[in-house]
Amino acid sequence: MIGALIIVPALAGALCFGLRNNRARRALLVAAAAAHAALAAAAWRGSPAPTLYDWLALDDLGRLFLGITSLLFLVAAVYAVGYLAREKGRAAGDRGEDFLFRNIPEAVFTGCLLLFLSAMTLVITSRHLGLLWAGVEATTLASAPLIHFHRHRRSLEATWKYLVLCSLGIAVALLGSFFLSVALRETSSSSSLVLDDLLRRAPAADVPWLRAAFICLLVGYGTKMGLAPLHSWLPDAHSEAPSVVSALLSGALLNCAFLAILRVLQVCLAAGQGEFARDLLLGFGLFSMATAAVFLVRQPDFKRLLAYSSVEHMGLLAVGVGLGGLGNYGALLHAVSHSLTKGMLFLVAGNILAAYQTKAAGGVRGLLRGLPASGILWTAGLFAIAGSPPFGTFLSEFTLVRAALEQGRPVVAGAMLLLLAVIFAGMSRTMLAMSHGEAATKHPAESFLAVAPPAVLAALALLLGLFIPPPLETTLRLAARALGVPL
Amino acid sequence: MNSWIDADLVLITLTSLVLLGASRLGTTIRMVALQGVLLSPLPLLLAGDAGITLRAAGLAVATVLIKGIGFPWLMDRAVRGGSLRRELDPRLGYNASLLAGVLLLAVAFLLSSRLPLPPGEGTPLVLPAALFNILAGMFVIASRRQAITQVLGYLVLENGIYVFGVGIASHQPLLVELGILLDVFAAVFVMGIVIFHMGRELDHIDTGRMTLLNDWEKE
Amino acid sequence: MSGYAGLLAALVLAPLLPGVINRTKSFFAGRRGPPLLQPYFDLAKLLRKGAVYSTTTTWLFRAGPVVGLAAMLVAAALAPFGGVSAPLAFAGDFLFFAGLLGVARFATMLAALDTGSSFEGMGASREAQFAALAEPAFLLGLTAVAWKTGGLSLSGMLGTTSFATWSGAAAPLALVCVSLLVVFLAENARIPVDDPNTHLELTMIHEVMVLDHGGPDLALIQYAAALKLWVLGSLVVGIALPVRSLAHGWAFAASVAGMLALCVVVGVVESCLARLRLTRVPQLLLGAGVLSLLALFIGLK
Repeated sequence: MIGALIIVPALAGALCFGLRNNRARRALLVAAAAAHAALAAAAWRGSPAPTLYDWLALDDLGRLFLGITSLLFLVAAVYAVGYLAREKGRAAGDRGEDFLFRNIPEAVFTGCLLLFLSAMTLVITSRHLGLLWAGVEATTLASAPLIHFHRHRRSLEATWKYLVLCSLGIAVALLGSFFLSVALRETSSSSSLVLDDLLRRAPAADVPWLRAAFICLLVGYGTKMGLAPLHSWLPDAHSEAPSVVSALLSGALLNCAFLAILRVLQVCLAAGQGEFARDLLLGFGLFSMATAAVFLVRQPDFKRLLAYSSVEHMGLLAVGVGLGGLGNYGALLHAVSHSLTKGMLFLVAGNILAAYQTKAAGGVRGLLRGLPASGILWTAGLFAIAGSPPFGTFLSEFTLVRAALEQGRPVVAGAMLLLLAVIFAGMSRTMLAMSHGEAATKHPAESFLAVAPPAVLAALALLLGLFIPPPLETTLRLAARALGVPL
Repeated sequence: MNSWIDADLVLITLTSLVLLGASRLGTTIRMVALQGVLLSPLPLLLAGDAGITLRAAGLAVATVLIKGIGFPWLMDRAVRGGSLRRELDPRLGYNASLLAGVLLLAVAFLLSSRLPLPPGEGTPLVLPAALFNILAGMFVIASRRQAITQVLGYLVLENGIYVFGVGIASHQPLLVELGILLDVFAAVFVMGIVIFHMGRELDHIDTGRMTLLNDWEKE
Repeated sequence: MSGYAGLLAALVLAPLLPGVINRTKSFFAGRRGPPLLQPYFDLAKLLRKGAVYSTTTTWLFRAGPVVGLAAMLVAAALAPFGGVSAPLAFAGDFLFFAGLLGVARFATMLAALDTGSSFEGMGASREAQFAALAEPAFLLGLTAVAWKTGGLSLSGMLGTTSFATWSGAAAPLALVCVSLLVVFLAENARIPVDDPNTHLELTMIHEVMVLDHGGPDLALIQYAAALKLWVLGSLVVGIALPVRSLAHGWAFAASVAGMLALCVVVGVVESCLARLRLTRVPQLLLGAGVLSLLALFIGLK
């Protein structure tokens, strides 16, 4: 079953390259996404057997992240159908720059999208840290053409930065994997990098090597996750990629990188180096939040605004795991709610971009009147992403602050609250200005395919704030336990 | 046997140092090629008493073909075909780069003294040589403007990881081969450069000009 | 006793070295070249002549060559030769040795500046710049050798290299050898750094500083230069040749042969390479320093 989770999208992706008919290809995209979601749902119910010499298996952490990824991808796939149809009809060109560009062929786009899903599933299900590494590399390679969708100078620049920084991170992560294998070497000749073996051998770890390994892996996968100061690819890639890709990058890919870090954290915990690892995560997390706050205030580009908000939320995740205990639970819950909310916001941003043809926040006014559906979602998204009740993010952020206070770390709690307040102020200033005011032009009514997907995500984000479904609650608790005993 | 490994590692380190101080693109590419060739005997030398296995021989041959010949040849073609500037234009001067290299060398040795090698693994020089190459590669990526030089820096970085993998983590069956996957990235970069240098809209990728996406200058 | 033999050899044979270099260059240029003993003839001729002093110069100008030669003579007494200790040896004397080179340079530069000529001042400034870069390379290289051999004096370091030392630490010793060779070329104003045969004052470094000296003063300067060539060369040869493994007489002969071979190498280098652009010279010297440092790191490891 786990094999199918990876192979189905990969095969569908390969098929997309061959299909000539646009309609058939789009149908295949949605079908594959739905099949993946169905398989993921089945994996939630039963516990699928490990495959490939136990290198692929699904534990509670994996199950949680698989659920988010699969759900988000399904929604994004539906949205992509509408998006691609719209892009096809649009005259290619860049307003104000007199610069014509042609999008990459739709076959490449759809194929890479599905391969991207396959690679992310590989990252989530892999129990072998070498395979996990290969999966992360595959996500980078599969997503680079997606960012370069509009063959524009700016998207080339963003793609180049993305490739250079992420490949640098990947290289450092490989070095970290080497270090890890040295730290946990066995006297007998064959030593594997399968997580269970690593956890078993961890108590006898070589501490300096293990610490070096954790630093390298944190920096390496942290680059991919967008932790400051390694985040600089993130705003560029998110703002230049088509919005549906941005949603997947933010909502799914960053989580996958986070999961990779959590795997290494598990090894460190088993080796008794939890404090060292958690402190590093805490530091990176707070620094990311602070960096994001600096760039969020007065950010003139609304897609970059959302991208920096992702940096902030990744920082929150790192802080949560860095706190440990209740923080683990909070961070995992936050990963879920952030994915839903940010996915929704990026999809709405895509609608706005399509209607107004600009990414400058100053060029967008009167959303609530001009584009009522998107306007409402956009305003709701602001409150959701800023963590106001009754959305899921409120619950998770509240849990994180509570975790800091319960552990007697008022400074951390205070810093978090201060930064969250600054970010809320900065984001609302820009986003509310976009929502209100007079609409300059009358836009045609938005299509169902453009509005329904973000609306679904918004509803889920709202639901999460009111009521956490019991299966999710159980999985969250079990997954949090994998990251250390709750306090 | 040991002294041959050391000599090889020292030569690899020297190529990186020359690369840091080099002022011409051609020199830089040649140094990377030389480094690839110098890397190739490492798996054979490190096989030592166990005898040369098929795997070590395969790694050696693959290294020469990919790192020693393939990439440098492609780069050279890109340089000849495109309208690239042959003279490099680093953010930091050559002498300053060389001094930075000395600093990185010191850091590499310092770090490696903090990480005791497991007994019977590699030689004492493997770790500092690997770390130095990694740091030097990062430095080149950070301090050079042209995309092609950054790619060269990436290759140096990758070579450092390869040295470490072959020298120390070779007991790990899959990892060293995974390192070759890194070459996929390098290949993507090189191909990207070949395409965009020879191709249409971009006469050259100068990352120093990549300032369209920037948060600092907009306000 | 045989330490004095080394010193004697230095005093007697030093002027032979420029002769060997010139012959090698002539051979490569397809000429017959001056006789090997030409430097001796030059010295004899210069000593017989009188000196002319400009009225603008002071005693500093006359002191320059004397101080320079004196420093070189002491340095020659410090340098071991042929695998035996030098007549003068104490712990840390390699620092003293470097200091002596500095004193000689300082005296020459003062004398050059004393003439008030802009060319000579320019030469002095270049000399100072390059020496400042060559010195770290030299000292770091010797430190690396000191670490490897355990000796703290020049005699201790260079007298003890044997086959065993080489097989144990080939990489650092080779690095130091290359580094010291570069320092040797720079200090002796040889080709990649300076061209001793150039006829254009603008491009000179060392030669331009002694343009105003004549007669016996010039003889002193040329003899000191030859001694410097010998002394620094003996350091390179002392590290490169594992003379400790040989019997005394053979070690001495091997060392003399090594010196001559070194001069041939210099001749070949001068025939094959062009002088570097002045802006590139610091990079060469810096590179030598980096090699020394690398050797030191490897030695420390």
